[in-house]
Amino acid sequence: MNKIVYGLILGGVLGIFDGLTSYFTPAVRAALLGIVIGSTIKGLIAGALIGWFARKVNSLALGIVFGLAVGLILAFAVAATQPGPDHYYFQIMLPGGIVGLIVGYATQKYHGAATEATRG
Amino acid sequence: MRWLSDDAVTRLRDAGSEPELSGTPYRMLDKLGRGGMGSVYLVEDSRLIRRVAMKVLEAAYPSGDLEQRLLHEARVLAQLDHPGIVPVHDVDTLADGRIFYTMKFVQGRRLDEIAKGSASLPERLRLFQKICEPVAFAHSRGVLHRDLKPENIMVGPFGEVLVMDWGVAKVLAASTNSSSTASGTTESAAVVTKSAVKAPPHTAQGAVVGTPGYMAPEQARGQIAQLDQRADIFSLGAILRFLISGSTAVTATTSPQPGRLSAIVAKATAPTPSSRYASVQDLASDIASYLDGFPVSAYPESLPDRTARLISRNRVAIVLVLAYLLARVVLILWHPR
Repeated sequence: MNKIVYGLILGGVLGIFDGLTSYFTPAVRAALLGIVIGSTIKGLIAGALIGWFARKVNSLALGIVFGLAVGLILAFAVAATQPGPDHYYFQIMLPGGIVGLIVGYATQKYHGAATEATRG
Repeated sequence: MRWLSDDAVTRLRDAGSEPELSGTPYRMLDKLGRGGMGSVYLVEDSRLIRRVAMKVLEAAYPSGDLEQRLLHEARVLAQLDHPGIVPVHDVDTLADGRIFYTMKFVQGRRLDEIAKGSASLPERLRLFQKICEPVAFAHSRGVLHRDLKPENIMVGPFGEVLVMDWGVAKVLAASTNSSSTASGTTESAAVVTKSAVKAPPHTAQGAVVGTPGYMAPEQARGQIAQLDQRADIFSLGAILRFLISGSTAVTATTSPQPGRLSAIVAKATAPTPSSRYASVQDLASDIASYLDGFPVSAYPESLPDRTARLISRNRVAIVLVLAYLLARVVLILWHPR
């Protein structure tokens, strides 16, 4: 499995999960589907970018920094485009940044996921 | 009448045994050390203007046994072309009749000196992996070292490892080596045969060669004919124990190291050859698995062991996921959207 595909899958899965957590916030529960779709797309874009970076640069530290940056930038973009007066920058960017960090770490650390799985 | 001091006597003896290099292209620079068979000098090869190490017998021996052993060592080394085995450049006879051979001058520190330093456990294990490479290569060529110990391993300034002192190496019959060729090499010519390396004076059955604490029990019993690569694997296991415990192989029977690492040492140094690793590659593979946080063949894992290993291997990822979940919970509880 190459790093871009790995990043896409991980970003997508984490994006879905991140979107689903909005269920626990009654104020936005009605827009759950839209949030999940948006969050998944954000995760896929982040995963693809971070996976591409991991393929170009073999450095755990740089991978983590890049993942964090991509996660924060995309989350900022999502927060900035929120309708209404409240943009929830902190509430969106904090988990978004951590998700980017996780994908950045994972794409650098577990680049040979398929090979490692066979070794247990 | 004045008596000479011990130092003076030693200096006179050294001066007397210093090789006469006239008629050779070598110029004496320094004495590097003294071993069981002879002394090693630092000389300069005037043809290539480079420094090389010269191993010379202490004196010409009428029996010729030691000459044969030195020649045997040189020929074995000449057949083992590997970065981890010191290459031989020349073999000849001095004007006084002593046999010598020249080899690469290795600058570095002995493994036993390095083990006393502050190298971390992973660094020591990576060093051990490098030691396994030339030994596995020699085995694939049908050669047993038979005297592997920290004092015979040099580590260069760039971390390169050289296995030294092949004076008691044993060349196995070619037929017994065909199944142990490594690196995908199948050339029959690649195996060192007894015809290629003229046999040294035969090590008699019952004779003991090796170093206590590092030699396998069957080797210590003098069962020369029964020795195979598993004798060297025992020595490697003893070296591994020395590297991780920092003490001598004999006393370091109980190690405070993790169970998987202790199990690797125990399997490599099992009293019976059949209980040991079958090949050096298997031993090196277990070390690599240990370093990468994977299961090792020497240690059957229980469920708690496996869980602990997986947590240890993935602790950063687990911390990140927990940080994410914590952030989510905090945001849900304190900042509802």
